Amino acid sequence: MKKQFFLWKADTGWLFDKEEDLGIKKKRETQEKRREPADGGLFYYYAIQNFYFVYNVNDMDTRKGLVTNIIFFAVLLCLMALCLGVGKYSLNIFGEMSDMDINMLLGVRLPRVLAAVFVGAALSLAGAVYQGVFKNPLVSPEFLGISTGACVGAAVAILMSFSAIFIQAFAFLGGISAVTLTLLIPKALKSSSNIMLVLAGIIVGGAMSSVLGFIKYIADPETQLASITYWQMGSFAYVDMNSLLYVLPFAIAAAFLILAMSWWVDILSLGENEAQMLGVSVGVMRGVFIVCATVLTASAVCIAGTIGWVGLVIPHLCRMIVGPANRVLLPSACFLGGIFLLTVDTATRLIGPAEMPISILTGIIGAPFYAWLLYRQRSRLR
Amino acid sequence: MTEQMNTDEKIIYEAKDVSFTYPKGRRQILDSVSLVLKKGEILSVLGANGAGKTTLLNCMAGLLKPDHGSIELCGRNTKEMTAKEIAGKTAYVPQLHTPAFDYKVGDFVLMGRAPKKGTFESPGEEDKKIASKVLKEMGIEHLSDRSYIEISGGERQQALIARAMVQEPEVILFDEPTAHLDFGNQHRVLDMIRKMTSEGFAIVITTHNPDHALMLGGKTAIIDSKGKMTQGKASEILTEERLSGIYDTDIRLIYIEEIDRKVCVMPDF
Repeated sequence: MKKQFFLWKADTGWLFDKEEDLGIKKKRETQEKRREPADGGLFYYYAIQNFYFVYNVNDMDTRKGLVTNIIFFAVLLCLMALCLGVGKYSLNIFGEMSDMDINMLLGVRLPRVLAAVFVGAALSLAGAVYQGVFKNPLVSPEFLGISTGACVGAAVAILMSFSAIFIQAFAFLGGISAVTLTLLIPKALKSSSNIMLVLAGIIVGGAMSSVLGFIKYIADPETQLASITYWQMGSFAYVDMNSLLYVLPFAIAAAFLILAMSWWVDILSLGENEAQMLGVSVGVMRGVFIVCATVLTASAVCIAGTIGWVGLVIPHLCRMIVGPANRVLLPSACFLGGIFLLTVDTATRLIGPAEMPISILTGIIGAPFYAWLLYRQRSRLR
Repeated sequence: MTEQMNTDEKIIYEAKDVSFTYPKGRRQILDSVSLVLKKGEILSVLGANGAGKTTLLNCMAGLLKPDHGSIELCGRNTKEMTAKEIAGKTAYVPQLHTPAFDYKVGDFVLMGRAPKKGTFESPGEEDKKIASKVLKEMGIEHLSDRSYIEISGGERQQALIARAMVQEPEVILFDEPTAHLDFGNQHRVLDMIRKMTSEGFAIVITTHNPDHALMLGGKTAIIDSKGKMTQGKASEILTEERLSGIYDTDIRLIYIEEIDRKVCVMPDF
């Protein structure tokens, strides 16, 4: 820490006249103050310091990012253990359990907790990737129409009575066609503004909703309609281990590919020309990211239908905590997304006499947050 | 004498008969443009708004493909080179802009290491050392922890230049590096560019200010509204008639003894 302060106080370079120089010094002084550990941040501060000695990572940002991610991960694990226990029927998972308790734990609670964590992580990661590669902080799987597209795909597969693996494949196809359409609209209108992409997402999402409505209209009301409605509504109530196991391998592969390439999201977020001038084959690399993020979105839809707001809100929250560098941001989005959705899902289990649809709660939290986000970025939106 | 030495120097860019028209464009932007750029040389490109300065730069950078003619970079046709191969030799300093996310200046500069990295790699200690060395040399290491969006235009321009240096290129293309900068910052950026040529970088710069071409010296090229390019030594190519012609305004070049060079002025104002 000391060393860095020194550097800051060193020669301010040649670009500033005296007045500017003073302004910068003042700003820097406040920054220094901000970096000193407040009482509440003391644990955090020492954790970062110790991490330095243990792993010899001598770059403050990387260290801070790693520690934050480790803390997020630890919180997630504790929360998972806690959420396995709580519910209308409370389980003592660390004590002795009857056979029925174990059945309850493995057959109901565990799949549900895993699904909530996984869907939260997948949607947040996908959202962060879309925001990065489209260099647009206002987009998310839902706002680009991708979730609804995946839903249409799944609905078509249900309509044709296909098996689970085909439902997954169709959801992916639906999602990828939706994102392609969404990207084609700004291209056709020769506009690359942030708002245009959001509008294109609304158009495609709206069209996909209509298609979904039509599919529901022609579906067999006895059997198919119920399961399609369930996809659309978004719920973890009927998750079972088998359906999880169908979906997880693809999604985990996509997530790992994204995380392995996370630094390149930074580069793509600079825009097409600049990324190419930094040696990136923009078309190929952006394609890989879009396909992977769409696999994640489709997987999330396959497990729990469309759940709004997670993919938009969590990446932003993470950016505020760990900064915009995607190498740190993407893993933290996974963890925080898991924490968020697990908390919300557990809350829906606990609140009220009957279970509340999860989208109600995510919406209550997400919508005001989005408004606040627009307010904060008003100067940069044109 | 210097001319003699220059012929021995390595040719970085060689454009032959390059023509370019935008799809559905009404007029030809570049018409049979040829140029040679050697190590340590500087080429200032002048022209009216929309004359094709940036188009030429984008063609050289491989962002646009010429309709006709070829552009060779270190002896290889850019058409046959991948983005990575071009980026290994050419750095591009784009016009000032605001990125969507407020990366720290240090991280932003580090992105210049991208051409040297594989798909599953990211910058390591070695790259960070190179970046901090460049920042230190430019005297802007104090910026490295600040947000790229928060810093001033002049500082941002410097960060862009630092990113280009971190790329360790042979040639740097500047798209109007002095646009949007105040007078002092314009001067500092030009000074920096001149220093870079003496370090052996080849440099192409587009500018709206003929004075900048005069100050930088070296070669100057003028693109006219028909896409034809005239080039030569700055002091020879920049004449009153020519400048008045391309900008469609009366322009005078006046010699000022105190600074021992000509300056460009508009008399009838």
